[in-house]
Amino acid sequence: MRYALIFNVISVITFLVAVVSLATKGLNFGVDFTGGTVMEVSYKQAPDVNKIREAIAKLGFTDAAVQTFGTSRDVLIRLPVKQGLSGARLSDRVFNHICQTEALSTNASFEAVCPQAIRSYCERRSKEPDALKFDQQWTSDGGPVYDCSKPLANRDDEAKVTLRRVEFVGPQVGSELVENGALALLFVSLGIVAYLALRFEWKFGVAAIIANLHDVVIILGFFSLFQWEFSLTVLAAVLAILGYSVNESVVVFDRIRENFRKMRKASVTTVIDNAITRTMSRTIITHGCTQMMVTSMLIFGGETLHYFALALTIGICFGIYSSVLVASPIVMWLRVSREDLVKPEKKTDIGAVI
Amino acid sequence: MNRYPLWRYLIIGFALVISIIYTLPNFFGEVPAVQIAPLKVTAKIDAAVIQTVEQTLKANAIGLDGIFTDTNSIKVRFRDTDTQLKAKDVLDQALNPDRDSPSFILALNLISASPRWFSSINALPMYLGLDLRGGIHFLLQVDLPSALVKRLDGQVGYIRNALREKKISYSSIAREGQSIVIKFRDAGMREKGQSEIERLTPDLALKTAEGPGEFRLTATLTPQAQTETQKSAIEQNITTLRNRVNELGVAEPIIQQQGVDRIVVQLPGVQDPARAKDILGRTASLEIRMVEAQASDPAGRDYDPAKIEAAKSGNVPFGTELFYERHGNVVEPLLLSKQVIITGERLTKASPTFDSRDQRPVVSIELDGQGARIMRDVTRDAVKRRMAVLLIEKGKPEVITAPTIQDQLGGNFQITGSRTPRDANDLALLLRAGALAAPMDIIEERTVGPSLGAENIKIGFHSTWIGFTLIALFMIAYYRVMGVISIVALAINVLFLVALLSMLQATLTLPGMAGIALTVGMAIDANVLINERIREELRNGNTPQAAIYAGYDRAWGTIIDSNITTLIAGAMLFLLGSGPVKGFAVVLCLGILTSLFSAVMVSRSIVNLHYGSRRRLDHISIGQVWKAGAEAKESVKR
Repeated sequence: MRYALIFNVISVITFLVAVVSLATKGLNFGVDFTGGTVMEVSYKQAPDVNKIREAIAKLGFTDAAVQTFGTSRDVLIRLPVKQGLSGARLSDRVFNHICQTEALSTNASFEAVCPQAIRSYCERRSKEPDALKFDQQWTSDGGPVYDCSKPLANRDDEAKVTLRRVEFVGPQVGSELVENGALALLFVSLGIVAYLALRFEWKFGVAAIIANLHDVVIILGFFSLFQWEFSLTVLAAVLAILGYSVNESVVVFDRIRENFRKMRKASVTTVIDNAITRTMSRTIITHGCTQMMVTSMLIFGGETLHYFALALTIGICFGIYSSVLVASPIVMWLRVSREDLVKPEKKTDIGAVI
Repeated sequence: MNRYPLWRYLIIGFALVISIIYTLPNFFGEVPAVQIAPLKVTAKIDAAVIQTVEQTLKANAIGLDGIFTDTNSIKVRFRDTDTQLKAKDVLDQALNPDRDSPSFILALNLISASPRWFSSINALPMYLGLDLRGGIHFLLQVDLPSALVKRLDGQVGYIRNALREKKISYSSIAREGQSIVIKFRDAGMREKGQSEIERLTPDLALKTAEGPGEFRLTATLTPQAQTETQKSAIEQNITTLRNRVNELGVAEPIIQQQGVDRIVVQLPGVQDPARAKDILGRTASLEIRMVEAQASDPAGRDYDPAKIEAAKSGNVPFGTELFYERHGNVVEPLLLSKQVIITGERLTKASPTFDSRDQRPVVSIELDGQGARIMRDVTRDAVKRRMAVLLIEKGKPEVITAPTIQDQLGGNFQITGSRTPRDANDLALLLRAGALAAPMDIIEERTVGPSLGAENIKIGFHSTWIGFTLIALFMIAYYRVMGVISIVALAINVLFLVALLSMLQATLTLPGMAGIALTVGMAIDANVLINERIREELRNGNTPQAAIYAGYDRAWGTIIDSNITTLIAGAMLFLLGSGPVKGFAVVLCLGILTSLFSAVMVSRSIVNLHYGSRRRLDHISIGQVWKAGAEAKESVKR
C-alpha cells in the first residue's frame, strides 16, 4: 500500500489522457456504427493503391478510405453512406470502376480481369424483362459493353481482381448499435456491482467497478489516440474485458476477506498488502496464459481479429494493474473494516477448515 | 480425503463419452449432396418422392451414399462432385416432369460425411456462420407505417361503399395521416354513420369532433388492429421472401424476423450478391382496377374507341388513367378507373393450375375475407366488364392482365386466357411478387466469399491451437504433473465446449472462434488458482493430501465468484448484442460453464485417481515450492 498513491497518480494521468483524447479526437467508429460500405478486394498482383483511390474519387467518393491490409494484394475500401444510392448499386459501381482501372493499367480485357462481374451481369440480364434499360443502368454504373450470347472463356479463379467481401450497413442500424453498446456497458456494470455487493460488500463492488471502468476508458483512450478502428468486435472485446478483469479484483477481494478472518490482529493495510502479495503469482500466471492466447490471435488472427485482440491485450495489461493497484486502494479508502466482512458467528467454522 | 465416490467418475465418464460422440461429426469433413425441397404448396416430401429418387438413381446407375430426410427436405449424399452434378440433372428431370412449373427445387449442398447413425442421434457438425462458410447476409427493414397506411386506404373504400349502400349521406371521406376523417352535414347522419362503421369493423376506433358547419368522425386503427396489421405484414413479407429465395435455389436459407420490423435473410454459399439482391430487392405492389373503356372488342362492354382516342391525344377523362396492356406483340390501350378495388395485400394465393372443365392453363386466385366481400360487391353489376391487374414495380405501374369478368366473383376465382402453362406460371409469379404487404429496404448487407470463409476457419483454428500449445508448454514446465493434469482438464474443456456448440447447433462465427480461444485462456485461471493454492498450503507446512484437499476447497469460492462476474458480462452481450457479438457471447457463456465443470471436477478426479489412493504421499509434483524467504515467515507469524 506504500506505493498506492504513486500508482494512483499514474492511473489518473493515463485516465486523463484517455478522457482528453476521447473528448477531442473521439473514436474512429467503424462501418458497423456509422453506416457505410466496406469492400475487400483481392488482386493477383499488388495494385497501385493511389490509382484505386483516384478511380473511386472520380465516382464522387472523396472521403473514401483505401488501404491494403495483411498483404499488399488485399485492399480494403471504406465508403461513407451516400444518400439515394442503395448498397447494392454502390458496390456494383465501385467494383466495376476498379475492374476498369485494373484492365486499363494491365492492358487486359474487362472480362479477363473480372469474370465474376461479367457472369453476374449476364445472369441478371437474362432475367430482366427490359434488357435495354438494364444495359443503360449497367453502363452508367461503369460496366463494359458485353455480348452475353458468347460464352465467357475466363474462369473465376483466373480473375485478376476478386471481390471477397462486401459489407453495407445502413445508418439506422449504426445508431442502434451505439445505443445497445452503451446499454450493455451500463447493465454489465450494474450487474457486477450488485453481485459483488451481495457476495462481499458494496464497497468492494464500487471499488471493482471503478477499477474496471478505468480499464475500459483507457482501452477506449488507446483506440481514440491512435485512431484505430472501433468496430462491433472491439466492443465485444471491451465488454469481455469488463467481465474478465473483474475476475482479477474478485480474486484479490476474496483473499482480503479470508485474511480478515485469519489475521485477526493485523491492520487493514497489512491485510490488503498480504492479500495482494499472495495472489500476485496467480495474477501473473493467469494473465500470462490468457495473453499467450490473445497474442496468438493478434499474430495469426488476420484483419478481422486484429483490433479485437489488440483491445484484449490493452485490457489485460491494464486489468492486472488496475485490480491490484486501483481497486484495492479504493477499498482501503472506502474504509473497509473487518466487521464489514466477518460475521461473528462464522468464526467457529474457520478453525474447522484448518 | 481425496477420493471420489464412483458415481462422480461415472458422471465424468458419461459426459466425456457424450462429448466425444457429439464432437466427432466435426472431423469427418463434408461431402457433396443434392437437396430436394418442395417448391409448390401442393408438393410434399413423402415416401413416394424418396422412392422416385432411389429408383431414378438406380436406373441411371448413379451410386448414392445415403438419403437423409428432415421436416421439409431430402438430402441425397454422393461421393464426389461429378456424381452430384450428374444426379442433380437426372433427379431434376424425374421430379419436375413439367419444366415450366417445377414442383421441387433442387440445390447443391455440402453435408457432413459422418456415418449415418450420427445424424440419427442429431450429432451434427457445428453450424458455421456466414463469415466462416461464405455467403450473403441481408437485414431488411419493413416499412410498417406504410403497411398501416395501406390498410387504412383499404378501409376508406370499404366505408364509402357501406355508407352509400345504407344511404347515409356524407360530404367527404379521406385518409389524413394515420386516420380516416369523414365529414357529415348533420349530427344525425354522423350518428348513423358511426353505428354503421362500428357494425362493419371492430378494427377502427371512432372519435367525433365539430368544426364550423361540419360534423366530423375520425377513425383510427385500434392498437390491436395495428399490431395485427404489422404482424401480418411481416409474415407476408417473410413468405414472399421465402418464395423469392427459393428461386435462387439456396440449400439452407435462413429467413426470420428480427426485432419488431426487421427480417434477416442469410444465404449460405451464394456466390453472386448482385443477383440475390436483384431478386430480393424487387419491390412490387399489386392493384386491381376496373376498365372504364376499351377499344379492341366491339362486342364487349365499355367499348368506346372515341374515348380511347381522346385519351391518347391527352384528353383523359376525370378519375381515369390511360394504360397499355402488352401481350406478345399486341399493345392494347385501356382506360382504367383511378379507384383501386383491391390491393395485393388481399391476395392470399395465386398459383398456376388447370381448369377442371377444359384443362386449359389458368391461374387460381384466393382472396382474404375482406377482399372477397369487396370483390363480390364490385363484380355483382360488372359481369362482362373487364378488370385490370396492375403490377407496380419501382414506382412504374404496368398492366399484367385485363381479364373479362364472367360471373360474380368471390374469394376464389380463376384467371383464364393463359395460352401455355408457362404463361399461367409467369402470371402467378407476377401476382405473388406483388403481394408484398409493405415495402422493404436493405439496411445491412454482408457478403463473404467462400475462399475468405475457409481462410477464416483456418485463422481461428490456428490461433486457438498455437495459443493452446503455448499455454500447455508453460503449465507443464511450471507445475509439472499438476500442470499436465490442468492441461488435460483444459483440453477436456475444449471438447465439452465444441460438443455443446454442436449439440445446440449454435452458429459459430469468427468472433465465436475467438471466444473459444479466449475461454481457453480464461479457463486456465481456475487451475492456476487451485495449483497456487495447493502450493501455498504446502508452503504452510500441510501434508500433501491435506494441501490438495484445502487447495481445491478454498479455490472453489474464488473460482465461482470470478466466473459469475464474467458470466454477467457474457449474458448482457448476448441480450444486447447482434450478429457476430452474439456468437461471441454464446461461446463465452458456454465456455465459462464448461470450464467450471472441467477445471474443478475433472481435474480433481484425475488428481484423486493419481494421488488420492496413495496411503503415504510425501510429494506432489507441482514444481518448485519456495519455503524460505519473507513469505514463509509471514505465514508463520499468523
